[in-house]
Amino acid sequence: MESALTLDHFLILSGLLFAIGLAGVLVRRNLIVIFMCLELMLSAANLTLVAFSRFNVQDGQPNYDGHVLLFFIITVAAAEVAVGLAIIVALFRSRETTDVGKLNTMRN
Amino acid sequence: MTFFFFIFAALTLMGGIGVVVNRNPVSSAFSMIISFLGLAALFIQLDAYLVGILQILVYAGAIMVLFLFIIMLLDIPKAEKKRFPVFTLGASIVVVVSFATLMITVITRSDIGSAKLPPIEPVKGTGSSDVHQIGELLFSTYWFPIQVVAVLLLVSTVGVVVLSKRELK
Repeated sequence: MESALTLDHFLILSGLLFAIGLAGVLVRRNLIVIFMCLELMLSAANLTLVAFSRFNVQDGQPNYDGHVLLFFIITVAAAEVAVGLAIIVALFRSRETTDVGKLNTMRN
Repeated sequence: MTFFFFIFAALTLMGGIGVVVNRNPVSSAFSMIISFLGLAALFIQLDAYLVGILQILVYAGAIMVLFLFIIMLLDIPKAEKKRFPVFTLGASIVVVVSFATLMITVITRSDIGSAKLPPIEPVKGTGSSDVHQIGELLFSTYWFPIQVVAVLLLVSTVGVVVLSKRELK
């Protein structure tokens, strides 16, 4: 199957997605939205992994080590989201806000 | 093939931009689901079927439901009423644009980037699917990491329960 797609396409897309996530982390003030933007950056890295795995064909098969690493990343990300959201809920209970501008001290 | 790449790339980027510019966190979450769906389509285009399905099931399904649950549970005010400080916004834009420019410059100047999509040949007989291949790797080469990840999931479950209790002691 002939295709004009190159590795560049996927890497640039991944870079742009990462930049959008970075913009969100820098610009937004809501802790939950910042957390979502972090997930977006993680997904951009995932796309890079899959693209490299697909373009590194050996014996007519893509390199499945990349897929396995992605599997682990998704698992760890799920655990990370669960713990992160629990921390945000605990923070909201004690401070009544998720605005990072107001969360500037460790104690009340 | 290229046509579909651009369609799904646009979907992914639009979703990503939607996450950043939407003032309502719920709209941000839904934009993020759209972004993840586009990303899953790109994974499937790269012949990573299992990973694409996992992306939909775990990210667009479980993780985003968790986010929506917390957003609705905490009842966060819809808009950030205070306007952004001009300095912060300007500095962020400069950082992001220079980062994107740097990344695109580096990628387009390297040699590896111009590689065409190499064809893959399906293996005859059983064990040709990527699910089989990944499963075999997971339980042979990567048997130890998968145990560690299992422990990590257990630890995070216990940690979430402890963190969610009313008072930490």
